[in-house]
Parts: sequence; C-alpha cells; structure tokens
Amino acid sequence: MNWAIAIFQTVLFVALAPLLASFLKFCKCRLQNRRAPSFLQPYRDLLKLTRKQPVISQDASWLFCVAPYIIFTMMILAATVIPLIAVDMPTSESADVIVLVGFFAFARFFLALAGLDIGTAFGGMGSSREMTISSLAEPAMLMAVFTITMTASNTDLSGAIHHILNEGATLHPSFVFALFALILVAVAETGRIPVDNPTTHLELTMIHEAMILEYSGRHLALIEWASQLKLMLYGVLIANLFFPWGIAQSFTIGALSFALVALVLKLIVLSVFLALAETVVAKMRLFRVQEYLGFAYLLGLLGMLSHIILESTR
Amino acid sequence: MILTLAYGAILLSLASACFALLQTRFTAMVFLLLGLSGALAIAAGIGELLDQTVLVDNLKLGLPWQTWKIRFDGLSAFFFLIIGIAVFAVSFYAPHYTHHEQKNPASFAVLSLFTGLFIAGMMLVLLADDAFMFMIAWELMSVASYFLVAFQHENSANRIAAFLYLLMAEVGALLIILAFGVVASFADGFTFDELRASQISTTWMSIAFVLALMGFGMKAGLVPIHVWLPEAHPVAPSHISALMSGVMLKVALYGLIRFCFDLLPEVHWQWGVVLLIVGTVSALSGILYAMMQQNLKRLLAYSSVENIGIIVMVLGLSMIFLANNHKELAALGLLAALFHAFNHALFKNLLFLGAGMIHHQTHELNIDMLGGLIKRMPKTSVIFLIGCMSISSLPLFNGFVSEWLALQTALQVGVLDNGVLRSLIPVSAAALALTAALAAACFVKVFGLIFLGVPRSRHAEKAKEIDNIGMLAAPAMLAGLCFFFGIFPSVILDLLGGVTNHILDAALPQTSVLTPLWLAPVSMQQASYSPLLILVSVLITALILFLALHGKGATKARIAPTWDCGFGALSPRMQYTSSAFTMPLRRIFATVFLIDEKIEKTMRENTKLNVADVRYSLHIQDHSWVHVYQPIERGVNRVAKQVGRIQTGNIRTYIGYSLATLILLLWVVSL
Repeated sequence: MNWAIAIFQTVLFVALAPLLASFLKFCKCRLQNRRAPSFLQPYRDLLKLTRKQPVISQDASWLFCVAPYIIFTMMILAATVIPLIAVDMPTSESADVIVLVGFFAFARFFLALAGLDIGTAFGGMGSSREMTISSLAEPAMLMAVFTITMTASNTDLSGAIHHILNEGATLHPSFVFALFALILVAVAETGRIPVDNPTTHLELTMIHEAMILEYSGRHLALIEWASQLKLMLYGVLIANLFFPWGIAQSFTIGALSFALVALVLKLIVLSVFLALAETVVAKMRLFRVQEYLGFAYLLGLLGMLSHIILESTR
Repeated sequence: MILTLAYGAILLSLASACFALLQTRFTAMVFLLLGLSGALAIAAGIGELLDQTVLVDNLKLGLPWQTWKIRFDGLSAFFFLIIGIAVFAVSFYAPHYTHHEQKNPASFAVLSLFTGLFIAGMMLVLLADDAFMFMIAWELMSVASYFLVAFQHENSANRIAAFLYLLMAEVGALLIILAFGVVASFADGFTFDELRASQISTTWMSIAFVLALMGFGMKAGLVPIHVWLPEAHPVAPSHISALMSGVMLKVALYGLIRFCFDLLPEVHWQWGVVLLIVGTVSALSGILYAMMQQNLKRLLAYSSVENIGIIVMVLGLSMIFLANNHKELAALGLLAALFHAFNHALFKNLLFLGAGMIHHQTHELNIDMLGGLIKRMPKTSVIFLIGCMSISSLPLFNGFVSEWLALQTALQVGVLDNGVLRSLIPVSAAALALTAALAAACFVKVFGLIFLGVPRSRHAEKAKEIDNIGMLAAPAMLAGLCFFFGIFPSVILDLLGGVTNHILDAALPQTSVLTPLWLAPVSMQQASYSPLLILVSVLITALILFLALHGKGATKARIAPTWDCGFGALSPRMQYTSSAFTMPLRRIFATVFLIDEKIEKTMRENTKLNVADVRYSLHIQDHSWVHVYQPIERGVNRVAKQVGRIQTGNIRTYIGYSLATLILLLWVVSL
C-alpha cells in the first residue's frame, strides 16, 4: 500500500510538471498583456517531439544518446525523495537531502558532457557556464538546507517536515534567511531570469539552451520534460519544506486529497511570485551571477549562524 | 600467519627489485613477483582487519641495542590493504606500459629496482613500531621514489622536479625526526609503546603536533607545502605517479593519524581546528588550481592536494569531537576520513593509469591537444568515465559515500558547546560542498575535452584502442571496485569499525546502521542512504523509459552532419578549450591565482583596425610557489653565500679550521 502511494506520488510529480510550466507561462503572459497558450500546450509539445524522428550529429557518441535518459531518470529519483502530498514514503528513506543534491549533480554532469560531445562552440559555452553557475549554487543550496536539517537534527526531508509541523508556526529567523537563499538558488538552478532565460536563443546569453542545442525528437522531449520536472522539484521543495502545513501525515484518501489541494494552492502562489519577479527583473550579465549566488550563499550562511547563535537550546 | 603474509609481501617486492638487477630476459617475472606481493598484502590486510588482534614481533635487524620492533594492527592493516590493491593493479598494467623500457635492459632494471624498493619501504613504514625503524623505512620510501621521479632524467625539467621532490622529502623527514625527538625526550626510549607512555607537557605536545603536521603534510601535499606534487607527478612514469599519488600520500596520512591519534597521549580541539583550516584551504585551492591546468597529470596531482585536504579536514573534525568527549562522533569522523583515503586511492590510481593509457596511445598529455577519444578508445573511455564520476562524488559511486559521511559528521556540530567551533564547522562543511561541486566541474572538463568532441590534433585523431589485456584489466578492476564500494560501502565500513575501536577506543553510535542495504551513520531516523535501492530504482526507471520510447512506432534516428549555421565547415579549433572552459571560474576566483594573460595583436601594414594575427598566452602560477617557496629559496641562497666566504679553497685554511675546532672541543670537554 505504502509503495503504491509512493509510486502514485512520483507519477503525479512527473505528470504535473508540464502543467506547472504552462501555468507559469500563463501568469507571465497575462502580466505582459499577451494571450497565453493553452494549459495543455507543453503536453502537446512533448507528444509531438516524441513522434518526430531524432537527428543526431555524425560527431556524436553514445554518451549523447544516453544522457537524456540518465538526466530524466535522475529527476524521477529526485521526485521520489521530495514529499509531494504525503510524508514518510518508503522511497524517501533511501536518500536524504544530500543525496538529493547528488541526484541533481549527476544529471548536470551528463548534461554538461552532452553539451561538449558534438564539439561545437555553443555546447562548450553552455557546459562551461552551467558548471560555473552550479558549482557556486550547490554550496549555497546545501547551506540553506542544512539550516533546516540542523534545526530538525535530521537530514531526511520527511523528518525535517515532521519537526516543523510539530513545532507549529513559530518564526525562526534562520528559516527566513534560508528561504530567501533557497529561492535565489532555485531561480539560478532552474535557469530562470535573471540568471538564464529559458526562451532565449541569443548566443551570448544562453546557458541551458546552448547545451541542448543539438538535441531533437524524443531526446529533446526527455530533456525538456526533465527541466520542467526540475522546476517543479524546486518549487515543491520550497513549498513543502518551509510551509509544510496541509501535507498528509497519514495515507487516507481524505488527507491525501486535502494535501493535493493545499499543494496546488502553494504552487499557485509560488508561481505567481516567480512570474512577477521574471516580469519586473531584467536578465543579469553573466559575470554578475557570482555576486547574485554569493549573496545567496551569504544568506544561507547567515541563516545557519543565526540558528547556531540565536536558536539552539544549548 | 598474518604477519608472515605481510613479511612475504615485503620480501616479494624486494625479490622483484633483485630480479630486475639480474637483467635477465624474463622481465615478466619482475611483475609476477610484484603482483604476488600485492596479493599477499591484500590478504594480510584483510586477514588482520577481520582478526583484530594486534600482532607484535621483534626482528633482529638494525642497531644491536635497538632491534626493529614490528606491530601490525588494524590501522596498519587498512593501509596495507590500500597498498596491496594498488600494487596488484600496477603489476598488470606495468608490463606493457614499460614495454619500450624493456628493450633497454639498464633503464628497465633501474625502474624496476626502485619500484620494488619503494613498495617495500612503504610497507615497512606501516609495520614499524619504533621511531628508528619508522624513519629508516620512511627514508627508503622517499629516496627510492626520488629515483623513480628522476627516471627520465634526460630532460632537465625532470631533474629539477626530482631535486625539488628530494629536497622537500628530506626537509619533511627532518621535521618528523624532530617531532619524534620531542616526544621521546619525555619518554624512556624510542619504541612506540614508550612514546605512548611519555609524560609530556601540553606545550611540548603542541610543538610535536605542529612538527608532525608539517613533516607529514609536506609528504601528503598540504597547502602551502605542496609545491613538489604538481612538479613531480607529471614527470614520473604513469604507474609510478599512480603509486605515489594513490598510495604514498596515504602513507603520509597514516603517519599523521598514527602520531596524533595514537602516539600522543591526548588531543586538543585547537589542533583539530588547525587541521580543519589547513584541510579546507588545501581542498579549495587544490581543486581551483587543478581546474586551471592543461597537463592532465598536473591536474590530477593538484586534485590529489584537494582530496588530501578533504581527508585532513575530516580528521580535524574527528579530533574536535574526540577532544570534546564525543567519542562516537570522533569514530564517525575517522571512519569517513579513512574511507575517503581508500576511495581516493582507488580512483586516483585509476585516473593516473588512464592518463598513462592516453599518453601511451597519443603521446599527448595536453588536454587542449586531445578530443574525440570516446570513439577511438571506447573501452578506455568507459573506465575513465567511472573514475571521473567517482572523483566528482556522484551518487552510486564510492566518492559520494565518503563525502556524504563527512558531511554527516560535520552536521553533528550541534552537540558541541563551544561557539567558535559551532560556527566554524558549518562554514567548513559549506567549503566541502563547494569543493565537491568544483571537482565535478573540473572532471567534466577533463572527460569532455579529452574524450568528447572532435580531435584537436593529428595524434588524437590517429589514436587506437589499447590492445593489451593487462593494461586494460588493471584500471577496469579499479573501476569495478569504485562502483562496488559505491553500492556496498558497508563491506569496507564494517572492516573499519575495528580500526576506530582500536585507535579511539570508541565505536559508532549504538543506533547507527551499517548493512548492505542501509547506511545510517547516526541513526535510521536522522539520515539514511541506500545505494542499492537507488541503483535498483535507476535501473527500473531507465528500463521503463527505454521501453516507452523505443516501443513499436519509434522512428530510427537519422545521422547527419552538425549544423554549421550555414557558414561553411566547422573546424575542431572552434571547440571550447581548457582555458576557455574554465574562464568564468578563473575570473570569479581571480584573487586565488597569479594570472599572467597576454593578448598580442599584429596589425596589417599601415592600418590600425585590420588585425592580421592574434596571439593569446596564459600563464597561471601558484601563490605558494611565489610567496612561500621562492622567498625561502632566496633566503637560503643568501645565507649560503655568506657561509661560503669561509670556503677559501686553500688547504692550509682548512687545516687551521680543524685545529681550531679540535682546541675548542678539548676546551669544552675539559669544562
């Protein structure tokens, strides 16, 4: 039974990811006075891509073809770890939050290698920038998450959420710092404005798009879906770690459906904020990104220090 | 019995050295003996780790009143195991790798003689139970490896590198002797048992600790006394660099652990802080310098500095917990450090052997001259990829497990009372996270530029797969071990439990779980990791994905030339190079490096805007070379010049000196 719910949750995660992306697009379009495409558009795009014949460069190696599968698999594994509608899933025990960061690193490693595989300037450029940004973002993310896990003295996400639920809605100064740090990191890692622009195809500014430029057909579909899933993963991580109220602590139909409604509301609020931020903020120059991520790191560090100095009981 | 196996391993490596001297035509025998020595070392190591009784012996060698004391305990056995695996792998790899040396009997004899002595020296260091024998074995290891570094001495740069290595090895040895001397002056003698019982004051103990840290740190390659490493590793033959980087650095760590955790009567948290800071600085600067290198072996050498830094950092954590009476957490820290040492030995060995394979087939170690090898050397590329993934600490591989354990140790900081420590340790944990992320970036560069893309030179284009089974089998075996211990880390962690029991007299927390399925260092409720479950889910998910997308109706991919934007043929020179790949990080961390970047433009005649030719040069130097090593070198030279004044070259003056010394001594004696 538990396993069935865990698998259901993972499938839900994967299935809802394109919807989140299209809702985000809807918010952005409305904010920019444009008509939004249908909510089903990302699904149609994915379906179209899987039917198309992939074109592979003659310089590509087996790694190029395998990478999309690895990236998507790693995102699915990450989805099994993050509690979506219920905590204490049997799958979430197999990995804690450090392993979660490891899954993201695994996917990124192969994405960057795939970018280098064809031997074009664009791919190398994207890989180089992606690895630079992520190597600065990863420690900032761990700092933010460590603040929570140290409060809960537990690096398991379910355990940390339990701890916060039991404590009630008390205000931890450290959580505020950690929340902002994690939001900044999430924006950078999912390739949103102001760090990267998912809609750009301008050589000098693109990062994620530059790496996947040579992909087509089902390979591209997997990569697109994986990046939508990554956005959803970060969104759910922020929503459920900092505002866990509503999440199901028992596996009853009532609790689960209530959790689903709560989750949808949380994600709506989060994506409205993200769309608003993307509309009013301009994209940064590449060499200002380290200041941005340095700031995120600093926030994470401040969160941890304020936990140690202000909040710990000793 | 176990001790006999250990002796056997040493004797066999000495026998291999002697056999090489005979210069017979049966060169395979040399490697056979070496392989047997490795196998015996593995057997001895595992046997002792399972058995856990301390074995002592007294060899009638050395000085008449100071015969060699032998002691084989869990810690020695664990490092014996590391040496054994490395030597075993090298013995398969070396026959073909040193093939061109075998045609020249003299140089082959030299290489094999010192390889055997070097390995025997390392093993003897681990067996030593008194300071005398320890130092003799240590010197055997250092001096033998000097001849290995200087092996290709026709090249003057190699001679300089070898001399630098010898110099730093000897200065380090001097410091270690002093450290032993300080402790021994409070004890009854030089055996380790007597040193353990010494009545030493805290101040002198701290002095001994600093001396030992500098002495062992010089060998292990801690920043800023690491400068010999990136010079010496690239010039030695690849299987020797593999042994030096994978194993010899670990022997230096063994010395540090033995001295600090075992011989000194107590530890202080301040020392732990020193180790933590030195380790963090080494780890971060090591990986940043590694990233900037173009020579593959130099890059790997700097990456060793990084990994040694990580290990020392975790040792510092362990020491801090030990001094604060949290013995079970100290045990966790030591476990993480030792496991990382083991993992580093596996994947660094693998990567150095891989570098040798690339060099063997392309005669090229410059990353910017390679590319596209994944199609030309498919087997090598898979093996090398596993090494890169392990060292980048990706889940499912062994490097990840030890970094995970290290982070778990750091996260237990909440139990400490001291405010400074409580804020310092999280910062170092974040630095560890940054190091791991940078390592991933660095090895994406290594694998991506060497194996992927289009060949950047004719050598790379003409490269062929290695056709020798032994040369492929050795790194393949190491790659298999990297994966195996990534999925079943509990195999090694169980063996290590006895070591921490013995050294710290403490085991992991009662609630910790170490089974083949689950890994939970503190308790199942706090953090758990199950590589096996993850592997199974990866396989199932990937299978479902594959079936879904490749079922009936799936179109076959079309192979086409790369899209060139309509501008005409793409050239390999359009690809990103090593310096281009790391340019963003070079700019972000500009203060860490001494960068000398030049762009020279030549204009076409009589024009100011029409560029005919552009030259770009980039030279990156290590801060510690310019700000630590060179000032010391200049100082020593200046002093030597002053002292040199008394050297007149006139024999009467020297006789006068002798007479003066004699009179002085007679006067001192008569006092």
